[in-house]
Amino acid sequence: MATELVEPSRRDFLFIATGAVAAVGAASAVWPFVSQMNPDAATIAAGAPVELDLGAIAAGQSVKVKWRGKIIFVNHRTPKEIEEARAVPLNQLPDPATDESRAKKPEWLVVIGVCTHLGCIPLDHQGDYGGWFCPCHGSHYDTAGRIRKGPAPRNLDLPPYSFVSDTRLLIG
Amino acid sequence: MSGHSTYVPKSALARWFESRLPLVGFMYDSFVAYPTPRNLNYWWTFGAILSLMLVVQLITGIVLAMHYTPHVDLAFNSVEHIMRDVNWGWLLRYMHANGASMFFVAVYIHMLRGLYYGSYKAPREILWILGVVIFLLMMATAFMGYVLPWGQMSFWGATVITNLFSAIPYVGDAITTWLWGGYSVDNPTLNRFFSLHYLLPFMIAAVVVLHVWALHVVGQNNPAGVEVKNLARDTVAFTPYATMKDAFAMSAFLLFFCWFIFYVPNYLGHADNYILANPSTTPAHIVPEWYFLPFYAILRAIPSKLGGVIAMFGSIAVLAFLPWLDTSRVRSATYRPVFKVFFWAFTLCCVGLGYLGAMPAEGGYITAAQILTAFYFVFFLVILPLLGLFETPRPLPASIADDVLAKHGAH
Repeated sequence: MATELVEPSRRDFLFIATGAVAAVGAASAVWPFVSQMNPDAATIAAGAPVELDLGAIAAGQSVKVKWRGKIIFVNHRTPKEIEEARAVPLNQLPDPATDESRAKKPEWLVVIGVCTHLGCIPLDHQGDYGGWFCPCHGSHYDTAGRIRKGPAPRNLDLPPYSFVSDTRLLIG
Repeated sequence: MSGHSTYVPKSALARWFESRLPLVGFMYDSFVAYPTPRNLNYWWTFGAILSLMLVVQLITGIVLAMHYTPHVDLAFNSVEHIMRDVNWGWLLRYMHANGASMFFVAVYIHMLRGLYYGSYKAPREILWILGVVIFLLMMATAFMGYVLPWGQMSFWGATVITNLFSAIPYVGDAITTWLWGGYSVDNPTLNRFFSLHYLLPFMIAAVVVLHVWALHVVGQNNPAGVEVKNLARDTVAFTPYATMKDAFAMSAFLLFFCWFIFYVPNYLGHADNYILANPSTTPAHIVPEWYFLPFYAILRAIPSKLGGVIAMFGSIAVLAFLPWLDTSRVRSATYRPVFKVFFWAFTLCCVGLGYLGAMPAEGGYITAAQILTAFYFVFFLVILPLLGLFETPRPLPASIADDVLAKHGAH
């Protein structure tokens, strides 16, 4: 009786062990085929930081810079625009954020110029709130790049940036 | 539906071959001796028309790929090179671009025919679901093909559609980056779309084989919606009856196709796609190709990103459940007076959504799109399940032969 029990359990073990090795092997073989779709080394390297001279940008002007294939808006805001952005109560915002948390220096607003709905480039100084208006599906952003009306779920994203000097901006 | 093969090899060589690989017999049983209901109308010729369009798209596509370059710096010019320099290039490209539209014209008629005559009901559920799979593959193929010329509509269409996946909670952005192969739609995206645009039509062809196989197992539905009871009385042979009728319908459809190719080749396209893709400027008014407009209207009708995406994919997914949502045991709308009214209301709803999808997303257009989107889902999820319980169908004919003879008199 004992040998009859031992025989099938050895087979079972081999069967399960072989199956497990095959499953791990198949998953490992599939991985390169999935991973090759992700950004390659050259694409990642092309995402190096870009520097911008702020001296030439007048108050009320908006400039587009390209970083990592995305458009970055650099807005030199007027005092009126800053005041408008700060006057809004947070409970009126779909994605609440203070103006202070959106701009490191009040007169410079730096946001990723990609609508958080489906990725179109919004038009500056347009829409119901004087910030941006996305022509694709009608999202309105205010002068702090916060979503106010329309289908977009989030405020315009903020890129990593720093001020190298008073007139030079480093994005990335 | 057919039993043992009725094919009789005529020569010794044919007998020798048939006993080793019964291919000729299989073709004979499927496309010559195959019994088709004798009451089929012209709406039943769209399967053949669709097969023809798939072949047209494959042949024109394979030769266009010999002249096209899938690179962001070269793609747009290579399409102009096809239009101006390649021998007959203009014709091949117009055939392929308009062929995609004709493919969708035919598939929408084919699907509405299935809906009207209840062709999805038991035992044809798998046949219908395979059709939904083909429709999904067609949409993916058409979308990726439209990106290849790398014009403004190509680029922004690709951006908007791939961004649909960013609505998925938590992993959305990672999936979108994976689809792009970068941080925005760029050269890696164009390259992989070209590769997949070449692959998917062959997958469509494979699913078409399954679709036809399933059709030949359960047999064709017919305008009366009653099953074949007596092969001799209710059916005629596929060849010559269906073959000739299909050939006539395909010829008529080709005339319609040719009118677009030769007289209005750009009518169904967008002028903006003759402008090179510019990643820093979105066109003021972006719209997809006409065959996606109803779904686009549904996407925009919902005032939430994730909600819109779910509604849009849901509007296609719901089709797969149609065999179980329609509770009526009567197939054909001919014998369902109330269903017939709702069928036409649904058809108008789809046309209305198509119109709204082309309009700007503002004011009254959004409200109208929301009403029609609601009706679209109510039709499938409320009306169809309840109608089967409350509707009194008209009496069905005893057989296909009785239906035909009642209409045309017994000669």
